[in-house]
Amino acid sequence: MSAFLSAHGVGVVIEGRAILADVDLEVRPGEVVALVGPNGAGKSTLLGVLSGDLGPSEGHVELGGRRITKHSAKDLARQRGVQLQKQGLAFGFRVEEVVRMGRSPWYRTPAADRDEEVVEESLGRADVAGLAERLFPTLSGGEQARTSFARLLAQETPLMFLDEPTAALDIRHQEQLLGVVREAAEAGAAVVVVLHDLSLAAAYADRVCVLADGRLRADGAPADVLTGELLTEVYGHPVDVLHHDGNLVVVPVRARGERPAATPTATTDEEASCSAV
Amino acid sequence: MTGVSVAPGSGTRPRGAIASLAGRVGLLGGLGVALVVAVVLAAGQGQLDVPASEVLGSVLHRVGLDVGPLPSHPQGENTLWQVRFPRVVMAALAGAALATAGALMQGVFGNPLAEPGVVGVSSGAAFAAAAVMVFGWTFAGTWTIALCAFLGGLVTTLLVYVMSRSGGRTEVVTLVLTGIAINAVTSAGLAFLLFLGDQQAREEIVFWQLGSLNGSRWEYVGVVAPLVVGGILAALFLAPRLDLLALGDRAARHVGVDVERLRIVAIVVVALLTGAAVAFCGIIAFVGLVVPHLIRMVAGPGHRMLVPASALGGAVLLVLADLWARTAIAYADLPIGMLTSLIGGPFFFWLLRRARRTAGGWA
Repeated sequence: MSAFLSAHGVGVVIEGRAILADVDLEVRPGEVVALVGPNGAGKSTLLGVLSGDLGPSEGHVELGGRRITKHSAKDLARQRGVQLQKQGLAFGFRVEEVVRMGRSPWYRTPAADRDEEVVEESLGRADVAGLAERLFPTLSGGEQARTSFARLLAQETPLMFLDEPTAALDIRHQEQLLGVVREAAEAGAAVVVVLHDLSLAAAYADRVCVLADGRLRADGAPADVLTGELLTEVYGHPVDVLHHDGNLVVVPVRARGERPAATPTATTDEEASCSAV
Repeated sequence: MTGVSVAPGSGTRPRGAIASLAGRVGLLGGLGVALVVAVVLAAGQGQLDVPASEVLGSVLHRVGLDVGPLPSHPQGENTLWQVRFPRVVMAALAGAALATAGALMQGVFGNPLAEPGVVGVSSGAAFAAAAVMVFGWTFAGTWTIALCAFLGGLVTTLLVYVMSRSGGRTEVVTLVLTGIAINAVTSAGLAFLLFLGDQQAREEIVFWQLGSLNGSRWEYVGVVAPLVVGGILAALFLAPRLDLLALGDRAARHVGVDVERLRIVAIVVVALLTGAAVAFCGIIAFVGLVVPHLIRMVAGPGHRMLVPASALGGAVLLVLADLWARTAIAYADLPIGMLTSLIGGPFFFWLLRRARRTAGGWA
């Protein structure tokens, strides 16, 4: 199928610094594209440009053959949904009300007839049905992230952006969320997701894009892109790529004897900061 | 606040939806009845007491229904229609306008502490209104004061908006400090006008600073009513989208809200409502803070409910507050702005403490 979303020579300059430079990217319906890379590589910025939040300084982004900046806010909301890294809410709405906000682009359209059904279903798919009556600000970080994911699902857009959706989640919910993302892609959605956990990216993405210093260093199938050589260079830390039960597992190389064996560290620095909710 | 999660079951939600719908209709209906009762009660009381049945009878006769008794006192009918009703209606309009403006402002700023009085919009409007008095401008007839109050309010709201936002959000500390700065400048402006004005203008300015409904006339009501009704209708129209602003600027845009346009329209409506209330009643602070908060506690933060319930609640509050202000001490008319600030000040303090605790600092 032809590209649904495409970036052509996108560059972003903020205060004289090039955050992104010369990025070409295509996203097709039915595929999950993972954006990975070290801190400050420009992942969130690229997500912002692709989702139409941020106007690029150079190049342009096309959605459905039309420049993304030409779409109205409402038109765009019916085509792409976004789950941001940080969730905030100014007032104490209930979880179900927050998820229902995802239905607002469909207000006064035939699709609005399915609001109840879709909200119910989205609450279930994001595993927050049991929290439906809770007040959003009283939830834990992981629960808030899942609620935002439910809101994204309720929006029912053919294009979904997720910025580190698994950062605050436990293992079960990480797998569950990306499993739902996969299902959505198999049903025809195009998904762009920023991930820090390279093993998760390898397991769930059709394509992995490696960003470093604002440039797209590699773009391809996980097995082709996630090599020890490239990752070691990009992250500035020795990285091993292992094969385990048909899965790619990416682990940082650790000098033995550096830490006592009784306290194994299973996460990289970046992930450790995320798991502290 | 319910900390208990509801067991997942398909039967619970529809029942909950019906219950909440009934609750919403009940709240609006209850506030509507409270407003009618408050108006009848307030119209009947004062230096010349008119029983509630006679107040109702007088109104019904005016609308062509020969039901109920007419005021038995020879001056009763006159007192009601020349003095009481304009004042009570003005109180209801000003209360509705200020509470709606508060609810809108809190939605727009995504900050529960925003309020026209606190952030200086009221004093900006009062400054412009006072300038009309001192310089004797009459370019738009009776509408001159209302028009200038609106413009004064608009300029100050835009100033607050531009100065207190950074990175797409408004922090409590910035908002309150911006309010202090704006209030300082407008107070200086008012002081300068006091210095410039003659005796009569000075009295008018002091009256504005205190806030009072004394001397309300049908002529003024005729100016204020269309502005307030228009402002509330516009607020009701904006309400559903204000819920989405709670998500934050970016997320609101993601679900299809044209955030900048919504903000500007809402700011104009806030200035319109505040200007209308301030033009003839002066600065009546904290109504826009207290009322929406009480409604949120009862009905939750959804603006579809918050806006109309705040309008009704604000009207009830100010009608009753004004009744108290003019009857608490015989033959004395206490300034209503003093009264609302007396109650609103501690309430604001309590909210500050709570915001600080729940938001983990001054965010």
